[in-house]
Amino acid sequence: MDYLKAFLVGGLICVIGQLLMDHTKLTPARVLVSFVTAGAILQGLGLYQKIVDFGGAGATTPLTGFGYSLAKGAMKEVKEAGMLGAFTGGLKAAAGGVSGAIFFGYIMALLFSPKSKK
Amino acid sequence: MASKRLGNQTLKLSSPPSMISNASIVGPKEGEGPLAQFFDNILKDDYFGEESWEKAESKMLKEAVKNAIKASGRSNTNINFMFAGDLLNQIVSSSFAARELQIPFVGLYGACSTMAESICMGSMLIDGGFGEAVVCATSSHFSSAERQYRFPLEQGVQRPPFAQWTVTGAGATVLAEAGNGPFITCVTIGKVMDFGIKDANNMGAAMAPAAVDTITAHLNETGRSPEYYDLILTGDLGNIGKAITLDMMQKEGFDIKKVYNDCGSMIYDGAKQDTDAGGSGCGCSAVVLNGYIAKEMKKGNLNRVLLVATGALLSPTTSWQGESIPSIAHAVAIEKTVGEGT
Repeated sequence: MDYLKAFLVGGLICVIGQLLMDHTKLTPARVLVSFVTAGAILQGLGLYQKIVDFGGAGATTPLTGFGYSLAKGAMKEVKEAGMLGAFTGGLKAAAGGVSGAIFFGYIMALLFSPKSKK
Repeated sequence: MASKRLGNQTLKLSSPPSMISNASIVGPKEGEGPLAQFFDNILKDDYFGEESWEKAESKMLKEAVKNAIKASGRSNTNINFMFAGDLLNQIVSSSFAARELQIPFVGLYGACSTMAESICMGSMLIDGGFGEAVVCATSSHFSSAERQYRFPLEQGVQRPPFAQWTVTGAGATVLAEAGNGPFITCVTIGKVMDFGIKDANNMGAAMAPAAVDTITAHLNETGRSPEYYDLILTGDLGNIGKAITLDMMQKEGFDIKKVYNDCGSMIYDGAKQDTDAGGSGCGCSAVVLNGYIAKEMKKGNLNRVLLVATGALLSPTTSWQGESIPSIAHAVAIEKTVGEGT
């Protein structure tokens, strides 16, 4: 059941992305940034947590999940360390994702060279 | 008025230079297309033995120039000038190729109109008596152009259905004072046109008005009818731009339907090759001219061709800043024999 929920939620988020790319003039980079921002805003309003509780990794894996971690981390840190936490908490919470992306990106760049599309 | 001018844009070459040799090199995808039999060289791998696509593109251009010169029976030292350009920043494909070729080099930037632009310049130079033989060349590469204009391929961005496919290929033409033809008889230099299209994925529509303006100027100033030519061939408008051009030419009072085609529409089989709206890039008109047109003229299947290479004069920066796409088209009349007929 968890798998199905994750699939549904993750799939829906991707469908929204595909629709934005097909039917608007937004560049892929802008779609990505909007997703991060949307995740952060939704979590700021307390809504994204509900999606995560329902869809699990289906909600945390897409880029909206990155925005969710940023917002959640910032709010948690504000509670524990005061206003400075708004600036430090987000990055602390998202550090794993950021470092992971850099690390694996680097490894892949070393291992593979790009090929032209067919 | 200067005696060789037929009008504001069209020049008549009083001693028409002869196209004495041609060379074309294409990538694997173009080699699977409908024009494959006309290309001199089909690469199996679009890296061409180099470590980057930019290096591969420059090598294609260099090899095309070398092959064309070889086919002309001359050596680098008795080619007086090289006119070349391409799509990469600071036209590096051309200048890096020229670094090794050691032929006096004039770099041109006309985006995808470069093949016609270089032939215009080369023909005038020869007709003016400043040289006895010149080589004109250009190139483009799908993967280096994607990085230059859109997104690096590594980013894996999806392409919209109306996007054209940049041709991987290079072509070179040797023009000489003396030869048995085909001859460059007239050239029409284009004006920059802009109808306000802003989408860098929709260049066919942006360039069509420039093609129409140049074809109209050419026909009016030479007094020729479209039927004078066996083929009027635009450079890389693709299927969408081609339809717009036919429509706009009709409004200008010229029915060119019977003799009109576009290199971008000819080079791929859209349905089989998933090339959406057709081909684009400097290499598109370069390989169609130096492959298909050159060979068909030699065989006598085509006798009079008007090549109208089209270029979109945008840069990535102007696109990001929301500017529209200015475009240009230059026309070159190529005829098997000199002398006005019907």
